[in-house]
Amino acid sequence: MNIKPSRLTLCGNWVLERFPLAKVWNDHMAHYYAPKNFNFWYFFGSLALLVLVNQFVTGILLTMNYKPDAKLAFDSVEYIMRDVNWGWLVRYMHSTGASAFFIVIYLHMFRGLLYGSFKQPRELVWIFGMLLFVALMAEAFMGYLLPWGQMSYWGAQVIISLFSAIPVIGDELSLWVRGDYVVSDATLNRFFAFHVIAVPLVLVLLVFMHIVALHEVGSNNPDGIDIKKSKDPWGHPVDGIPFHPYYTVKDVVGVAVFLLFFATVIFYMPEMGGYFLEAANFIPADPMKTPEHIAPVWYFTPFYSILRAIPDKFAGVIGMGGSIVVLFLLPWLDRGKVKSIRYRGGIYKKALMLFVISFIALGYLGTQPVTPLATTMARIFTAIYFGFFLLMPIYTRWEKFKPVPNHLTLDPSLEEKIPALIALWNEVTEMKSIETDKGVVIKRRFNVEGTKHVLIRFVKYLKESLD
Amino acid sequence: MKKLLSLLLLLISSHIYASSGVELQEADIDLSDKMSLQRGAKHFVTYCLGCHSAKHIRYLRIAVDLGLDEKHVLTDIAPEGAGIYEQLHSAMNQHDAEKWFGIQPPDLSLIARSRGADWLYSYLKGFYVDKSKPFGVNNIVFEDVSMPNPLWQLQGEQTPVYVTHGEQKTIEKLVNSGKGTQTAEEFDRTVNDLVNFLVYVGEPVQLERQQLGKYVIFFLLIFLVIAYLLKKEYWKDVH
Repeated sequence: MNIKPSRLTLCGNWVLERFPLAKVWNDHMAHYYAPKNFNFWYFFGSLALLVLVNQFVTGILLTMNYKPDAKLAFDSVEYIMRDVNWGWLVRYMHSTGASAFFIVIYLHMFRGLLYGSFKQPRELVWIFGMLLFVALMAEAFMGYLLPWGQMSYWGAQVIISLFSAIPVIGDELSLWVRGDYVVSDATLNRFFAFHVIAVPLVLVLLVFMHIVALHEVGSNNPDGIDIKKSKDPWGHPVDGIPFHPYYTVKDVVGVAVFLLFFATVIFYMPEMGGYFLEAANFIPADPMKTPEHIAPVWYFTPFYSILRAIPDKFAGVIGMGGSIVVLFLLPWLDRGKVKSIRYRGGIYKKALMLFVISFIALGYLGTQPVTPLATTMARIFTAIYFGFFLLMPIYTRWEKFKPVPNHLTLDPSLEEKIPALIALWNEVTEMKSIETDKGVVIKRRFNVEGTKHVLIRFVKYLKESLD
Repeated sequence: MKKLLSLLLLLISSHIYASSGVELQEADIDLSDKMSLQRGAKHFVTYCLGCHSAKHIRYLRIAVDLGLDEKHVLTDIAPEGAGIYEQLHSAMNQHDAEKWFGIQPPDLSLIARSRGADWLYSYLKGFYVDKSKPFGVNNIVFEDVSMPNPLWQLQGEQTPVYVTHGEQKTIEKLVNSGKGTQTAEEFDRTVNDLVNFLVYVGEPVQLERQQLGKYVIFFLLIFLVIAYLLKKEYWKDVH
C-alpha cells in the first residue's frame, strides 16, 4: 500500500531539508541525556529562563506606554498603573520579576557551589553564567532608574559617583556615563536605551552560550560524578535520561510552584514590605532633595555593604568589584578533587555555611543605615566573604574526601517521604483532652518534649553532616 | 562564634529600638467600606484639595470605584467647575504656592504608598500649637512642617505636655482644648476616612487585584496537581 504524505508533512519536510530543526531539538532536548537524580536545586535554571521571558514580554508591553523623559517618566508609570488596561498587572509582573530573577539566580549559583558545577570541565559554563550575572546586575540597575522616583534617582547618583573614585580618569568617566554633571534626562534616556535594547541582547547571547557550553560537556548532578563513564549498549549513559520529556514535565511542576509564589507576591504583596518596591520610590525624583537614607534594592545590598565596609572610597570600589571578580575565579581557586558537597570534607562545608551566613548578613546590613557597630559587623562579614574564596586554594587542599560512588544515588521521592513526615508531625504534637464549654474534646496540641527531641536530633544530624 | 551571634542580635534589637522614635497610631483601613471612602473623598476635596492635588486619579474613577453616580460626584464631591474626566487638580498654582508656602505642596496621589497609612493618620492627628512656627503649629511626627493644620476647626487646638529627661525635653502627650466642632471619636473617624481614601487613591486597583488573585492562585493549584500527576506518569519507569 502506498501512503501519500499529507500536505502538512510535505511542508514540514520542505523546511527540515533546509533547516536542522530536528537536529537542534534532538541535540538539546530529546537526545540530551541528563542525570536522573536532579533534585530541588536543579529547578532554578529553567525558572531563570521563565523569568527572563516574563521580563521580556512585560517589558515590551511597558515600553508601549512608558516615556523615557525626566518630566514624564514618573507620571507615565502611574499612568500605566491606573489608566492603561491591565497596566498594573504588567508593571507588577515586571517589578516582581526583577526581584524573582535575582532570587532564582542566587539559588542557581548556590547550587553550583553545593555540587561543584563550576569545576572542570564546566569552567566555561560558570564563566558565561557569571557574565550573565554581571549583565543582569547592569540590566537591573539601569531599569531601576526608569520609574524616576527618589530612590531610582539617588541610587543611580550614588552608584555612578563611584566611578569618580577611580584616580585620574574618574571624574571624566562618571561625567561620560551620566552625560551630565548630575543624573538627568540624558542619563535617563541612555539608561532606557541600554535597558531595553543593548543589555537584553547581551543577555540572550550569553544565555545561548551558557546552554551550548553546558550541553557540550553535559550537566553535573548532586553526586558530582560523570555519567558518561558508564554507558549502555546503545551508547546512552546508564544514569541518564532524555531531557525531554522527563525534565520538561518535571520542570513544569517547578514552574507551577514558582508561579504560586510569584502570583502571591504580585496579587497580595507587590511591594514586599518595601523590598521589591521601595516606599521612597513613590516620590518623584527631586535633584534638590536627598532622601535621609539611600539604600539600593535588596539584591545589590550584599555588594553595597562591602563597599561601605571599606573606609577608603576607591578601595571600597575595588572591594565591591573584587567581590564579583573572585566569583569568576572560583573554578581555579577550588583545589578539591571531588565535586559534590556530599563527598567533600567538613572544612568546605563549614566554609560554605559561613559564606552563606555572611552573604545574607551583608545583604541585611546593606539595607540599614550606617552605625559604628553595623560597620564593624560588615567588616567582619566582608572578611569572611573574601576569606571563603581567597583561602580556598589552601583549605581545599587539606580536605578529607569521602569515597565517591560509581553510580548516582537516588533520593527518595516526595511521596516516599510522607510517612516520615507524618511520624515527625506526630512527634512534635500530641493528642490532649481539653475541657471546653461543650465538654471534654481531644485536640492536637504542640508537644514541647517531642519538639526538643526532634531539634536535638536535627542539631546532631547537622553536626555529623558538617564533618 | 557566640560573640558574633550576640553582636548580631544586639544589632538587630538596636535597630528596632531606633526606628520607633515616635509611636504611630494605627489607622483602620478597610477599602471595602464604600461609605468611609465616600466620606473620605468629600473630606479630601474640602480640606486638602485647596493646596494639594491628586493628579493621578480622575473624578470618573472615583465615581466608578466608590459606586457613586457621576452627577453626584460632580455636585456633591468635586469642586465647582470640575469635569468628570478631570484629575483632582488643586486650585492653587505653583507661583502662588511658592510665594505663600516656600514650596509647592506635594501631590498626594501616592502619599499613602510613600508614607504609609499609620503615619498619615498620626500626622493628621499630630498637630500642636507652637507659636515659634510661621503657621503657629508644629507636628509630632513631622517636625517643623511648613503647613497649617487644615482640620483645626474640627479637632480644636492641641497643646503639648513636656517631660524632661535630663537635658532633653520631649513631648509626652498632646492635650486637646476641647473647642473643636467634632468630638474626639468623630474626629478620629474623619481622619480615618480621609486616610482610607488616600490609601485607595494610592492604588485604586488594589481591591480588584486581591480579588483576581484568588482565581489565579486557584488556577495555579489545579495546574500544579495536573503537572505533578503528569510528571509522575512519565517518571514511573525511571529507577
